[in-house]
Amino acid sequence: MPTPHTLNQYPWWKYSLIGLVMLWGLIFALPNLFGEDPAVQISGARANIPIDTAFQSRVAALLDTDRLSHKRLELEGDRLLIRFSDPEEQLKAADILKDQLGRDYIVALNLASAAPRFLHALGLNPMYLGLDLRGGVHFLMQVDMEATIKQIEDSYVEEVRAQLRSEKVLYASVGRVATGGVQVEFKDAAERDKAASILRKNLSSLQQSESGPLGLKLTLGEREIKEKRDFALQQNITTLRNRVNELGVAEPIIQQQGSDRIVVQLPGVQDTARAKEILGATATLEFRLADEENDWNQAATTSRIPINSRLYKDRQGRPVLLQKRVMLTGDSIVDAASGLDQQSGGPAVFVTLDGKGAKRMEDATKDNVGKRMAVVFIENKTETKRVDGELKKSAYTVEEVINIATIRDRLSRRFQITGLDSTREARDLALLLRAGALVSPIEIIEERTVGPSAGKENIAQGFRAAAIALLVIAAFMTWRYKSFGLIATAALAANVVLLIAVLSMLQATLTLPGIAGIVLTMGMAVDANVLIYERIREELRNGNSPQTAIHAGFDRAFDTILDSNLTTLIAAIMLFGFGTGPIKGFAVTLSIGIVTSMFTAVTGSRALVNLIYGGRKLQKLAV
Amino acid sequence: MWRLSLYNTSINFLRWRKLAMAWSIIVLLIAVGSLLVRGMNLGLDFTGGTVIEVQYPQPVEIPKVRETLAKAGFGDAQTQHFGTSHDVLIRIPPHGEQRNAATLSNDVLHALQGAEGGAGAALARAEFVGPQVGRELVEQGGLAALGALAGILIYVMFRFEWRLAVGTIAATVHDVIFTVGWFSLFQLEFDLTVLAAVLAVIGYSVNDTVVVLDRIRENFRKRRKGSPEEIMNVSINETLSRTIMTSFVTLLSVIVMYFFGGVVMHGFSIAMIVGIVVGTYSSIYIASASALYLGVSREDLLPKAKETADDRP
Repeated sequence: MPTPHTLNQYPWWKYSLIGLVMLWGLIFALPNLFGEDPAVQISGARANIPIDTAFQSRVAALLDTDRLSHKRLELEGDRLLIRFSDPEEQLKAADILKDQLGRDYIVALNLASAAPRFLHALGLNPMYLGLDLRGGVHFLMQVDMEATIKQIEDSYVEEVRAQLRSEKVLYASVGRVATGGVQVEFKDAAERDKAASILRKNLSSLQQSESGPLGLKLTLGEREIKEKRDFALQQNITTLRNRVNELGVAEPIIQQQGSDRIVVQLPGVQDTARAKEILGATATLEFRLADEENDWNQAATTSRIPINSRLYKDRQGRPVLLQKRVMLTGDSIVDAASGLDQQSGGPAVFVTLDGKGAKRMEDATKDNVGKRMAVVFIENKTETKRVDGELKKSAYTVEEVINIATIRDRLSRRFQITGLDSTREARDLALLLRAGALVSPIEIIEERTVGPSAGKENIAQGFRAAAIALLVIAAFMTWRYKSFGLIATAALAANVVLLIAVLSMLQATLTLPGIAGIVLTMGMAVDANVLIYERIREELRNGNSPQTAIHAGFDRAFDTILDSNLTTLIAAIMLFGFGTGPIKGFAVTLSIGIVTSMFTAVTGSRALVNLIYGGRKLQKLAV
Repeated sequence: MWRLSLYNTSINFLRWRKLAMAWSIIVLLIAVGSLLVRGMNLGLDFTGGTVIEVQYPQPVEIPKVRETLAKAGFGDAQTQHFGTSHDVLIRIPPHGEQRNAATLSNDVLHALQGAEGGAGAALARAEFVGPQVGRELVEQGGLAALGALAGILIYVMFRFEWRLAVGTIAATVHDVIFTVGWFSLFQLEFDLTVLAAVLAVIGYSVNDTVVVLDRIRENFRKRRKGSPEEIMNVSINETLSRTIMTSFVTLLSVIVMYFFGGVVMHGFSIAMIVGIVVGTYSSIYIASASALYLGVSREDLLPKAKETADDRP
C-alpha cells in the first residue's frame, strides 16, 4: 500500500502523454473554428481544358468588369476556387461566370473552409457536414435489374434468330419466356440437335436445356447474370457522374450501395427539380458515316447543308458533317472498355456489339474501309420553365459528336477505336459509349432534400443545444461537486474537443442526429465523473483520508465505468451497422464520444486531480 | 436538504417489489394493448410517402394551404404547422404507379408558389421514401434492436451471472416497451431518429442497471452477513445518489435538446426523456427484483474457486 504522499501522483510521462493527446486534439479541432466562405468552384468540363494562371487572370478580369468583390482566388490542382464574403455575391458571380465561360467549364457553388491554407496543406480539415446541415439533395436510386435481364434476353432472341438463319437451321419459333430464358421451338429433333451444337459453339455463355418434345431452352448463366447486373449498375453510375458534372456540384457523392442501388448526394443543390430532370435524362448513341464529299466548314458557315447530310458539332464546337443514314444505334453496344492498343501501345477503346449490331456494322463498313465514322451522343432532356406563371415541361435533345475515327477494316462484333490523345480521353469515350448503350431503367426510391437555409438553421440549433447543454451540465456539476465539478467540466470540454478532432480526422459525416449524439455523450461522459465522485464521497464517509478516498474512488469506479460504457457502445455499434444516413451520424458520434469520454473523464480528470491534490496533505476535501 | 437525504438512506426498496412488479406489469399491459389496438404512428421513414416542409416569409393559414393543394390534386395531403406559423408540413401518403413520386415534392412546391401569397414559399425539407425502402427500414430497425439486446445480454452474462443478466434484459425490455408504448399511446410520430433514441435508451438503461448490479456483486462478495434481499437493498441505497445524479445530468442534456435542438429533434428528445426516467426506475426495481425472483444467492456471485471446478465429475 503506497503512502498517502505518493498516492495520486502520476509519473511525468503520463502527464506529458495526456498533454500531447490534448495538443493533438486541439490541433485537429482547430480548422473547425474558422467557419466557411461561400465560394464558386470552377473546373474543366473535359481533360484538355486548362485551369492555369492564365485562366485565373481571365476569371479575375471577368469578376472585375462586373464589380464583384471577392476575397481571393485559389488555384488548386485542376480547379479554381473563388471565395466571397457573402452568399449574394457568390450567387451573382456564379451566374455571370456560367454565362461567360460557357460549356467548357463547370461552375459550381461551394462552401470552402475559411481555415488558413497551411492547415489544409497539413491535412487538417474541418468536420464534414452532412446534407441535413449544409443543405442539398440525397437520392437513393434503384436499377431495375429484372428489366435489365429482360432486355438482355430480348437481344439474345435476336441473336439466336440471326445465328440460326445464317447457319440455315429451320426453327419454328424463338421467344422470351415470361419466367426468364429464351425458348426455341423446332419442327424436328435433328434440326434441334444441329441448332444446339451451333449455339453451344457461338453463344457459349448460354446454358441449354431441353424443354418440351422439340424445344430448346436457353438461360443466362449465373456468372453472366452477375456480370450484366454489375455492368448495368456501373453504366448507371457512369451516366449519373456525367450528369452531375453538368449540374455543377462541388463535392458530389455517387456510390454503389448493395447490389442494385446507387446513392447520389448533391450538397448545396437548391433546385431539386432541375437536378431530377438532369439526372433523369436518357442518352443514346448513333454511329454515322462522315460526309466525305462536302466541305464541313463551308457547310457550317453558309448553312447550306447537303441533302443527304446533317450538320453536327464536336465537343470542341467544330462543325462535323455526317450522313443522314444511321449505321447503328447505341442499344447494340454490349460493352465498351478503355485500354491500350496492343499494336501501337496507344490508348484505345474496345467496343463489343450484339449479334444484330455486329451484322449491321459488317454490312455498313465492308464498302467503306478508309472512310471516317463518327459517334454521336444524344441526350434527351426535359426542362421545366415558368411561362406566364404556368409551369411548362419541355423536352429537348442535345446532340454531340464524341469521336471521329477512320475505318481501317471491316468491323464486326468486336472492334477498337484508336488514335485517341490520352488515356483519359479513352476513358471518357468508353464511359460515354457505355452511357449511350442499352439503358437499364432506374428509379428514385428515396429522396431527402434539405434547403440551404434549413441546413444553416439546423447547424445553429444543434450548436446552440450543445453549448447550452455544456453550460447547464457545468453549472450543475460545479454546484454539486465544487472544485471537482470544475475538473469534470474541464474533462467534458476536453471530451468535446477530442470528439471534434476525431471526427475531423476521420472526415466522418456530422449530421443533426450526430449533434444529438454529441449532446447525449456529454451527459454520459459526466456519468463517469459522477460515479467517481460519489465513490470518493462514500469512501470519505467511511472514514478514509482524503488521499485514500480519491485513490479508491477512481480505482473502484473504473470497472463500473467500463461496464456501463461498453454496453452503450454495443448498442451504438448495432445502430451503426444498420443505420442509414443521418442515423449513422448519431451512431458515429455516440461511439467516438464514449471512447473519448473514457479517456477524458477517467484519465484526464484523474491527471487534473493528481496535479491539484496529489502529494498534498489534505484534511478536508470539498467534493 | 435533499442533498443529505440521498446519503445514508436505508430505504427498503425491495419491500415494495411486488407492488412495483404489479405496477410495471399493468403499465406494460397498457403499452402492449395500445400497440395492438392503436398501433404506432409510424413516420415517413417506415411507411413510405412524401413529406414536404415549406417556409413562408409571412404567417400562413393552414386551410388556405389545404385548399391550394386540393386544387392541385393533392386532396389526400395532411397539412399542419411545424414549429412556427411560418412553417408548414405537408404529408402525402404513398401512391401507386399513378403519380411519379420523385417529382411530387416539386409539384407541390410549385402549386404552393403559384397560389396567392405563396411567392416567397421556400422548400426547407423534402423527403420521399419508397415503400420498399420503408419495409426494409422496419425490418432492419427491428433487427438492430434485437441485435443490441442480444449483444448486451451476452456481454452481461459474460461479466455477471445469468440471473443478473436476465434481470438486466428484463429491465431493458421493460424500458423499450414502455418508451415505444408511450409513442403508441400518445400517437407521437415514430421515425428513424426515434428508433435511434430507442436504441440509445437500450444502451443507457443497461448502463444504469450495470452500475447497480456491479454494486450488488461487490456487496455479495464483501459482506458475509445478510440475506440477498438485504444486500440488494443496501446496494441500491449506496448507488442511489449516483443513479439519480447521472440520470438527472443526462436528462438535463436531453431536455436542453428538446427545447433548443429544433423541432426535428423533438421525437428523439421525448423518447430519450421517457427512456431515461423509466430506465432509472427499472434499474432500481426491475433488474434486482427479477434477479431476486430468479433466486440469486451469494454463492452465484462469488468468484469461481478452482477447487469447485475440480470437484465436478
